[in-house]
Amino acid sequence: MTSFWSGWVIVLTTITLILTTWVLVANRKREQRDTERTTGHVYDGIEEFDNPLPAWWFWMFALTIVWGIGYLIVYPGMGNFPGVLGWTQINQHDREVAAADEQYRAMRDRYLALSVEEIADDPAVRKMGARMFGNNCAQCHGGDGRGSYGFPNLTDNDWIYGGTPDVIKATLVNGRQAAMPAWDSILGDKGISEVTQYLLALNGRTADSVQASEGEKHFATYCAACHGADGTGNPLLGSPNLTNGIWLYGGTPEQIAHSLRAGRNGVMPAFADTLSEDKIHILTAYVYGLNK
Amino acid sequence: MSDPELIDIQEVAPAEVGEVDLYQRREKIYTRKIEGFYQRLRLFTGWPLLLGYFLLPWMSWDGRQAILFDLPARKFHILGLTFWPQDFPLLAFLLIISAFGLFAVTVFAGRIWCGYTCPQTVWTSIFMWLEQKTEGSRNQRIKIDKMPWSVEKTTRKLAKHGSWLFVAFATGMTFVGYFYPIRSLTLELSTLSTGMWQAAWTLFFTLATYINAGWMREQVCKYMCPYARFQSVMFDQDTLIVSYDERRGEQRGSRKRSADYKAQGLGDCISCELCVQVCPTGIDIRDGLQYECIGCALCIDACNSVMDKMQYPRGLIGYTSEHQLQGGTTHWLRPRIIGYTVVLAIMVGIFSYTVASRIPVELTIIRDRNQLYLTTDNGDIENLYELHLLNMDKHPHDYLIQIDGIEGAAIVGDTTYSLEGGEVRTINLRVRISPEHLDKPSTALQFEAIAQDVPSLRAASESRFMRPL
Repeated sequence: MTSFWSGWVIVLTTITLILTTWVLVANRKREQRDTERTTGHVYDGIEEFDNPLPAWWFWMFALTIVWGIGYLIVYPGMGNFPGVLGWTQINQHDREVAAADEQYRAMRDRYLALSVEEIADDPAVRKMGARMFGNNCAQCHGGDGRGSYGFPNLTDNDWIYGGTPDVIKATLVNGRQAAMPAWDSILGDKGISEVTQYLLALNGRTADSVQASEGEKHFATYCAACHGADGTGNPLLGSPNLTNGIWLYGGTPEQIAHSLRAGRNGVMPAFADTLSEDKIHILTAYVYGLNK
Repeated sequence: MSDPELIDIQEVAPAEVGEVDLYQRREKIYTRKIEGFYQRLRLFTGWPLLLGYFLLPWMSWDGRQAILFDLPARKFHILGLTFWPQDFPLLAFLLIISAFGLFAVTVFAGRIWCGYTCPQTVWTSIFMWLEQKTEGSRNQRIKIDKMPWSVEKTTRKLAKHGSWLFVAFATGMTFVGYFYPIRSLTLELSTLSTGMWQAAWTLFFTLATYINAGWMREQVCKYMCPYARFQSVMFDQDTLIVSYDERRGEQRGSRKRSADYKAQGLGDCISCELCVQVCPTGIDIRDGLQYECIGCALCIDACNSVMDKMQYPRGLIGYTSEHQLQGGTTHWLRPRIIGYTVVLAIMVGIFSYTVASRIPVELTIIRDRNQLYLTTDNGDIENLYELHLLNMDKHPHDYLIQIDGIEGAAIVGDTTYSLEGGEVRTINLRVRISPEHLDKPSTALQFEAIAQDVPSLRAASESRFMRPL
């Protein structure tokens, strides 16, 4: 809030408080002097007596004004004045998160002391893990973890970067950045088509054998460095196995050719800043356990 | 000017209405103790209710508190039944039935709820009894209030408020015990280790009881309770009311017991004012039916005791009806009563059936919000669903998830899920269908969860299956 609007709010609030107090006090009559006197308001022949405010009502109103002033001193309300308590929505949220962390720390510490393999089957871990997965992972990998186009299935025991607990945890903590180069300019349309046919043959699918044998040569030259001479991939580089019929970006000849032509740059975000160590440990155990 | 069209106007004096001064101070009511048939009757209605109130939270059922409104867990345990938030319409229905029952009783017998069973009346009479024990009879209490502070006055006042606060505390603690396990609550309160909220609510209900039954008393009935204000809608001329027989009582006046009062032109009322002195709301029943009257019938007891002493027949003040007061008879079987009874019976029947036939399982489905559909390598279409399966039964069950509505639809992954008693499970389910079975971009798909051990324990829900356009 700029200081002008801050001042505007302060002035309006103060005027309102003063006016309300004045209206209340000005209408205060202690005694019922004259029961026959009316306020002069007449509607449909109905007149309004000019009687004093009921005492309980008057004091209740007075109390709300006092309360309001107290509130404005303690809590933020007067423009940019933060209130003597210094309360904000953010620090309240932080306090509640800290309190919850405190409450659950002992339990999480207990799990943190155990290995991922040991806790992967623990029902409580599965439940907590499922909720964390739903909040953080399901957007890409699906609620059931079976993935979708461009996002790997986490339940099929096929791992691009490896499926040991340590590797899964490293993937969660640091994220992953895939870098499959685009081969359009090097292989050309003919070369792309030949490599595609070779990959189909590698998976035992019907392929043009002439093109495939040409493709095999291209593969040895350009692809084997990452995907291995036999095409089974290299988890250290995050290059997928191309022989098991699992296709991250689709397995039709058109989709395979497109991956070759344009390259792929899949990104798995790092969760080190989002989730605490103990949560990542439980999430690792959950994902690890999805493959059993 | 005489106009034959003009109709003579007759001046009618309005019925005499007691002047209500909105600014009056409350005059403290000193009720006189009275014993009699209705006072004893109230003991028989009040004690079971009180005992029930204080003892019910201590009862156990299946290893847990028999009646526990567990707000943090959103579960209401009542004996063998557990109600979930989904059952709230039942609670609303129960309250409607209760209100309707109250109206039916009111048509029949006036405000017997107020006089005999209302907590305000019951607790007020407990407090009055304590007042009687500590400060003495009506006259002694008036005297004590007038006299200057002394050791005796202080002792008696301390004893009164101490005993009031004790009862109020027991009441408040018991009330909180319906919402928080009472065994832990009493233990925690006795060791001063209870949580802030339990302590705050116990304090609140202690003070509320103390103020309501000790200080507010009839003011709650007169100014705060809406029931008194709409009783006139429910009363008819055959409703039982506590009333003074004016034709018999007037002309009222004091007389010697031996005197031939009829010759003096007097009625049966001897103007002893006992009926006024015993009234907990401080009214004079001889002024006729008033909204302040809570129908406690203490004035009947008082008047009957006087009539006995005077050797006059009882019933100068009694339960009667307007028809009877006018010299007729009370009609018991009248359309209103029959109608109320029939409707009430139907409502109770429907409610009991609904509760008894309640299936304690619920299934809700949310379509996955990330992707409308997925296409597999072989061209099949997949949709993701988030199922919320609520096993509201006490016992664990294995639930089988079935889908129906589209040919060739298959669930990818597990179809059976084991749920603990009272567990809510979120299940992420993937359904795969070959596109040849999908005529429309969006097709209805039914889900059903069936307990494997109890086939009647099932819940169904519908969602939609999407395919590419």
